[in-house]
Amino acid sequence: MAKTLILFAHPRLENSRSNAALLKALPRHAELTLHDLYEHYPDFNINIAHEQSLLLQHDVVVWMHPFYWYSSPPLLKQWIDMVLEFGWAYGPVGTALSGKLVFNAITTGGSAEAYQPTGSNKFTISEFLAPFHQTARLCKMLYLPPFVVQGTHRLSDEALAEKAAEFGQLIQLLLDNDFLVEEMQSFTFLNQFVSPQKPHNP
Amino acid sequence: MSGGFLVSAVVYLGAAVVCVPIAKKLGLGSVLGYLLAGMAIGPFALGFVGTEGQDIMHFAEFGVVMMLFLVGLELEPAKFWKMRKTILGIGTAQFVITTILIFGACVAIGFQWNQALAIGLAISMSSTAIVLQTLKEKGILGLPVGQKSFAVLLFQDIAVIPILAVLPLLALQGGELHVEEGAHKNLLDGQPGWVTTLAVVSAVVAVILAGRYLVVPMMRVVARTRLRELFSASSLLIVVGIAWLMELVGLSPALGTFLAGVVLANSEYKHELESDLEPFKGLLLGLFFIGVGASVNFELIANNPITLFSYVLIIMALKAMVLAGLGKYYGLKTSENLLFALVMSQVGEFAFVLFSFIGQLSILDKSQIDLMMAVVAVSMTMTPLLLLLNDKVIQPALNAPATEAKPHDVIEEQKGVIIAGFSHFGSTVGRFLRANGIEATILDNDPDMVDLLRKMGFKVYYGDATRIDLLESAGIENAQLFISAIGSPEVNKELVHVLKKHFPHVEMMIRSRNRFTAYELMSLGVGEVYRETLDTSVRMGVEVLHKLGLRHYAAYRAGQNFLKYDQEAMTQLFELRHNRMEYIKGVRDQIAQQEQLLQNDQQAKPHVNDHAWDSEYMRNTINKPTEK
Repeated sequence: MAKTLILFAHPRLENSRSNAALLKALPRHAELTLHDLYEHYPDFNINIAHEQSLLLQHDVVVWMHPFYWYSSPPLLKQWIDMVLEFGWAYGPVGTALSGKLVFNAITTGGSAEAYQPTGSNKFTISEFLAPFHQTARLCKMLYLPPFVVQGTHRLSDEALAEKAAEFGQLIQLLLDNDFLVEEMQSFTFLNQFVSPQKPHNP
Repeated sequence: MSGGFLVSAVVYLGAAVVCVPIAKKLGLGSVLGYLLAGMAIGPFALGFVGTEGQDIMHFAEFGVVMMLFLVGLELEPAKFWKMRKTILGIGTAQFVITTILIFGACVAIGFQWNQALAIGLAISMSSTAIVLQTLKEKGILGLPVGQKSFAVLLFQDIAVIPILAVLPLLALQGGELHVEEGAHKNLLDGQPGWVTTLAVVSAVVAVILAGRYLVVPMMRVVARTRLRELFSASSLLIVVGIAWLMELVGLSPALGTFLAGVVLANSEYKHELESDLEPFKGLLLGLFFIGVGASVNFELIANNPITLFSYVLIIMALKAMVLAGLGKYYGLKTSENLLFALVMSQVGEFAFVLFSFIGQLSILDKSQIDLMMAVVAVSMTMTPLLLLLNDKVIQPALNAPATEAKPHDVIEEQKGVIIAGFSHFGSTVGRFLRANGIEATILDNDPDMVDLLRKMGFKVYYGDATRIDLLESAGIENAQLFISAIGSPEVNKELVHVLKKHFPHVEMMIRSRNRFTAYELMSLGVGEVYRETLDTSVRMGVEVLHKLGLRHYAAYRAGQNFLKYDQEAMTQLFELRHNRMEYIKGVRDQIAQQEQLLQNDQQAKPHVNDHAWDSEYMRNTINKPTEK
């Protein structure tokens, strides 16, 4: 059993379509914690002790958020700044998170093609996520490829439902401990780990 | 006799009223003014006052007694603790070195060792009255010079205790007290030295205990009557009572009241006591200086001018040299150091006390005591002249203002915050500040409340915050912020008037009952008005929205926006207020304003104002062209 913590950051979930759909597809499971950061900390005043104890209780951490301006919404950055303390999460004696898995689950308005060297956004998703990747490494965590839902502005309801189901499956696999880290790390996106039969076309 | 009293009163007051303003106008300072007034009415000039100048001084010594009580009140243990190194260092050095030098000089000119030591101990004292008054007038009590001077004076004040205890042991002829005619009878007459010493110690302990366990409960009872004059009466009673007790055991009243002051420095009645006693102290101190002036024995000076003036000169030179050396060692600049050395080069009023005690102990004979007393009086008279010389001639030659501050040396005084009113509103502010390391000075005029809060560990003082003298003793001169947490709009308005008029330097933050009292305060020119119900209501509203299903962050932003917008609306409507007032009165005005507010409130919805994070809006914009 891999206890999973979803750190969800969306400043306006009430107007969201894709993230709402993804949340809806999550399995109901005692070992799964969905932590809605904007609902908990509307004033951005993060309870560090609470967040750290949550982290300690889980094996897998998911940074789930819409991909705003090539990054996360500000509260998740605030969370990283406040919670991942020196001497606790990193530094010579900071080993609290050592060995835990972490990855981003993101939704982007732009299409997959846009996030290519030849596309309008010029850089790939993996390149944009480098700060998260390195943050995880500094905390001695194992960083996995992201789960992505792209082109959300034009995504049909059916296509979105399919993506959401994939996400639910992924979380279920994690909860069931039905995975090999090396295998997951070999993909560009975790979407491919859930549906290996499909070519990379998120 | 009452006619005689009135005549004396007219003479003294008249002399003061004539001489002091003239002296001040000439830039001579009030101390010199009083001294000159004393000389003028004294037996050797106009002769209005005969030999009773000494008696007057005895009476007016009460000014010094009160001054030391007030100095003691200022000396909270915490403040004292901060100054401890300065006091112990520079204070001990000044006292010990001066005593040794004077001792050596006296032995050299033929005094016996015990006489020399007694003289040395007495001469090492400087005049708290003159120095503090001068420094306060110059406004440099807070600068390094002022603080070092205060440290030296304080050490001397404290040193008086052991000196008084030790002096009987110096009386070699069997330790018997030879009581002069006219000297105060006290319980210890004819007792051996160790009894006196024991009595001194137990009297000190008694004052400390009384200060702690008797005075505060008494003041509480008095405060409940809410009669101001009764408060003044009991303030006087405390000082006079302690002085009397001290005299009973043959101790210096000044010392006793100083101790009582320190004991009461932490009590809630500190500021009230200060402001009640301040005018008495000022008057009596003036009288004291007049007494010093009147008691300068010009006959003695005329008979032994050379002896007397060489004594004065040598003593003042020695004292000044010691002080200058210490000032230099403790890093005072030359210009500051000169002031430091000169201002304290005189022999102080404690020396009068010590010399008369020394006389009673027969350590020195009457003629020697008289000479010493004259030396003390002359040296005190010289001080203002020396300072004048320093100000007008020496400092300009040095080309530096005497009062230049030297920042790194200043003992860190917290920029003050004063909170008036410590009900639930004020105590919340106070608690919050204290949790963040800001100790505000708190004033409240409900004695029971003050008592309760004190028990809970708050530093609250009893007093009416609209009284100028009380605000002064609460330290408003050094305060940066004044917070009124008082509920009554009327009191707040009065407070704003007082602060605007007398203390324009403090920034006011005023609690207001509602929008309408806020307008009134704003029209008085208060920038920072805090409506007591605003934030709480909005906070409640935010939680209502959340409970009704709005996302917490959206509700929070709505609340923040509402507060911001409401503040802006407040400023706008404030401008309109006067026009509207002419047409719409009372309730109709209120309703009209509320309606206008409600109409404008639509603007405070964040959803209307921004499209950030709104994917639906983006979807619509993007998909529209393709759908066509």
